[in-house]
Amino acid sequence: MRTPESRALVVVVLGLLGSLPVLADGPGLGKAADPAVVRMMDLTILPDGKDLPPGRGTVAEGKQIYEIKCLACHGVGGQGQPMDRLTGGVGSLATPAPVKTVNSYWPYATSLFDYIRRAMPLTTPQTLRSDEVYALVAYILSIDGVVKPDAALDAMSLPAVKMPNREGFLNWWENPRR
Amino acid sequence: MDKHPDERLPEFAAANGLIHRRELLVGGLLASVAPAIAAQEGLSPPPWTLAPGRPMSGYGMPSEWRKTVQRGFTLPPGRPGTGASRTPLHLLEGTITPNGLHFERHHNGVPDIDPARHQLLIHGLVDRPLTFTLDDLLRYPLQSHIRFIECAGNSGGAAAPNPTQADAGTLHGLVSCAQWTGVPLAVLLQEAGVRSTARWVIAEGADSALLSRSIPLAKCLDDAMIALYQNGEAVRPEQGFPMRLLLPGFQGNTNIKWLRRLRVTDAPAHTKDETSKYSELMPDGRARQFMLEMGPKSVILKPSFGMNMQGRGFYEISGIAWSGAGRVRGVEISADGGRTWAQALLEGPVLPKALTRFRLAWRWDGSPVRLLSRATDEAGSMQPPRSEWVKQYAPGQGYHYNAMQAWDIDTAGKVTNAYT
Ligand code: HEC
Repeated sequence: MRTPESRALVVVVLGLLGSLPVLADGPGLGKAADPAVVRMMDLTILPDGKDLPPGRGTVAEGKQIYEIKCLACHGVGGQGQPMDRLTGGVGSLATPAPVKTVNSYWPYATSLFDYIRRAMPLTTPQTLRSDEVYALVAYILSIDGVVKPDAALDAMSLPAVKMPNREGFLNWWENPRR
Repeated sequence: MDKHPDERLPEFAAANGLIHRRELLVGGLLASVAPAIAAQEGLSPPPWTLAPGRPMSGYGMPSEWRKTVQRGFTLPPGRPGTGASRTPLHLLEGTITPNGLHFERHHNGVPDIDPARHQLLIHGLVDRPLTFTLDDLLRYPLQSHIRFIECAGNSGGAAAPNPTQADAGTLHGLVSCAQWTGVPLAVLLQEAGVRSTARWVIAEGADSALLSRSIPLAKCLDDAMIALYQNGEAVRPEQGFPMRLLLPGFQGNTNIKWLRRLRVTDAPAHTKDETSKYSELMPDGRARQFMLEMGPKSVILKPSFGMNMQGRGFYEISGIAWSGAGRVRGVEISADGGRTWAQALLEGPVLPKALTRFRLAWRWDGSPVRLLSRATDEAGSMQPPRSEWVKQYAPGQGYHYNAMQAWDIDTAGKVTNAYT
């Protein structure tokens, strides 16, 4: 609900964007964040890839890591079972039997790096080194030819990868009912 | 001495329990039948009146007689950590979901967070990156609001070609409603100093999925809250203890639990859960992304699947309605498959983005009927029939399902799930 107070606050905040003395609405108890803590906690990679870490990984390395750390849940070549299918289905989205996978559906390769690094493998998340994450991304993308079989990915090349469904999403928040 | 009316044996008119119609005039048929069963026992005082009861307890539990009122869940084999449990809507009344029955959806289990070691970081496009502890937040002026949370996947099974025969909690129980108390997010963002180029806020939980979603800044400055209490007690672990993001009316997944970080940005992050999942594929192969607000919706809970009719006569139809756009303006009920409609009574107070209870008296004559309800919200949007809803999406797409629920009742009084 927009209470009158919260609406007034929005107006105040929007009015102040850019300038910004601390207003008296709260007791002002936030402590200055330690930049080292911010760096440690901030695992988000946006499509621009600016926050990708140093490191590099190849398709061949990724295949090896995948078979040890991921295959049990995501199947041979990411075909799925028992958990989510990661590969295949490219070109199927507009058919009566759409198959949504990383390669057929996801608009950005950066999202794959972001997700694997923060959440996979399921039972030991946040244990992969950056090189391993780059390698896993390269391997998964290579299965459907999104990157070449001899590809190596790093902070420069990964954001440049064009996913097959790059143009497939409509931002409903900014432009609903198109 | 006259017996209490409830202990009186009904006046039988014929063998095998046929009760004289005069009973209807005296005490009412329903009132006299049930006590009659207990009448034999009623001759001696019930045991709980003859001995002291249990002592006090530190944290009370529901009656032993209602132990079966549980969240419904299936544990898919081999799926550790990710899954859902559902509110048994059909077994509850009113509009507030008891904390132990609030639906759950976790992507890698429920973390056991030591509040003393948890902090909320606000950073990115702000002048002052800040951290807040729970104790810090408890010193801010708090607000309480009754709001529903609905998983974007709620009722999604109804996208399947044939109706699933299951109770209303199983079909629609990924929605719950609580009074949430916490700190308006706008206050904290203001303290950090949001820069003029900011448009989005990426929220992240401290669970082992580090679940992460991009939220429009406008929502964060409107009615978003860092919720610390749920129905008066600390937010439950399954709901994000020690703190969760509450985005009233937005799809449940964006209401990040175990909130640890808010990064203010100029663009969305396109995280796994706003691309791969919680996006809506359309028949042309394109997908709606950031369709965040939950549409108007209602479900009749009484009667519903599994609660078969006890013969013809008087019944109360009741259920819940809600909308992510604001207040429910009206709920209409049809008992003839949608040809004629009657306005239900909305039980007040009707709050924005909260569950609203509706009721309507009904006399069932024993013939087959199709019951339907449809909600309209204060923005003027109305729940569509299922046939219209499914046309918008690719086969099997079940996010944001808000079409009308139909219950068919046959001459035997059996209630089944039906499609319109
Ligand atoms: C123990 C089983 C398990 C292992 C091992 C595992 N995963 Fe997963 N993975 C899952 C589950 C379960 C999900 C769905 C999580 C959810 O519900 O949010 C998932 C989701 C994913 C997804 C998102 C799929 C989609 O389309 O939304 C990707 C990508 C992924 N895993 C990659 C990996 C990689 C790479 C590895 C190896 C480093 C790995 N996983 C190891 C269980 C596992």
